[in-house]
Amino acid sequence: MNKPTFKSTRLRAVALALTLSMGLAQTFLAPAAAVAATEAPVKLQSLRGAEIDASDPEGDGTRYGRDQAPLPRDFVQQPPLIPHTIKGYTVTKNFNKCLDCHAWSRAKESGATKISVTHFKTREGEELSSVSPRRYFCNQCHVPQSDAKPLVGNTFKPGTGMR
Amino acid sequence: METNNKGFIGRIRSLGWGFAAMLFIGGVLFWGAFNTAMEWTNREAFCISCHEMKDNVYQEYRNTIHASNRSGVRATCPDCHVPKEWGPKIIRKIQASNEVLHKILGTIDTPEKFNAKRLELAKHEWERMKKTDSRECRNCHNFDSFDYAEQGRRSSRMHQTGLNEGKTCIDCHKGIAHALPEVEQAIGAPKEGATPEEFHPTTPKPAEAGKDADKATKG
Repeated sequence: MNKPTFKSTRLRAVALALTLSMGLAQTFLAPAAAVAATEAPVKLQSLRGAEIDASDPEGDGTRYGRDQAPLPRDFVQQPPLIPHTIKGYTVTKNFNKCLDCHAWSRAKESGATKISVTHFKTREGEELSSVSPRRYFCNQCHVPQSDAKPLVGNTFKPGTGMR
Repeated sequence: METNNKGFIGRIRSLGWGFAAMLFIGGVLFWGAFNTAMEWTNREAFCISCHEMKDNVYQEYRNTIHASNRSGVRATCPDCHVPKEWGPKIIRKIQASNEVLHKILGTIDTPEKFNAKRLELAKHEWERMKKTDSRECRNCHNFDSFDYAEQGRRSSRMHQTGLNEGKTCIDCHKGIAHALPEVEQAIGAPKEGATPEEFHPTTPKPAEAGKDADKATKG
């Protein structure tokens, strides 16, 4: 009887000691670890390797190419890409250069793609008779293309229905 | 009575050839001084010596292709806003006395005042360009020398259709050097800005420019 009891007591003591020492170690070492963390912070960087507060690096050859025909889409609901330069095109409170060709009233003369009817809706889904003001800043979704080489690898494949 | 009979040449002769020479030299000097003074006002530095120009339109112009580009060839204020030919230049310079008056009155001496007048001022320039078939553009840009193969898809197509329809540069190329006033684009609340008819006029250019239109069509 005694032996096992002694054994179990000793085991318990060892376990307690271990727990205590670990707790102590944590209590004493944790601040040290925290200090170490402030001294050597985790290096944050953007996906393209730049500091997070710096601009992304520019690849070689970031000139807009010549005007092209509309570009294919790679995934469902992708905002169509801009197949031409937009250098000097301004979107201000007074005037939106994109709408000057892509508005329905201008598209026939300019030969540009008309703005999608999905843009004629308010956030609540209410249909409007013209483009919704929330769609005013075209470049939030639509971007032009340049001949820059990709800075990081990419394994993305177009959606099955888009190939 | 005697002098009247001698006539103009006779009168000058009676005053002596020395006086005639002085008149001639005086005339040359006067003309030289007048022209120098006029050309002195035909400089970008002169235009932006007024803060109305320097703080508003000049700032907007600085990033445009006419102010900064790869080859450094520039079109400065007078290249677009003052005619090159002597007659129209003098007329424009006389009209500019009104601008001096408004400089003194301080009509556009703050950005707020300038923006309040922007639509009116822009319309004046559009109208002036339209009347002369965009003469100041054509001082450098000659349609006959357009190489449509070098132009982009859009510009090549639009230039050929537009010029065939008798359009002039300013009909499409508005706001290329300065910020535009409010333009009605049927988005959001209605603006008190330029109407679609004003911004994209469909009327052919005036008869005065008919010759050039024919040339452009042939080219």
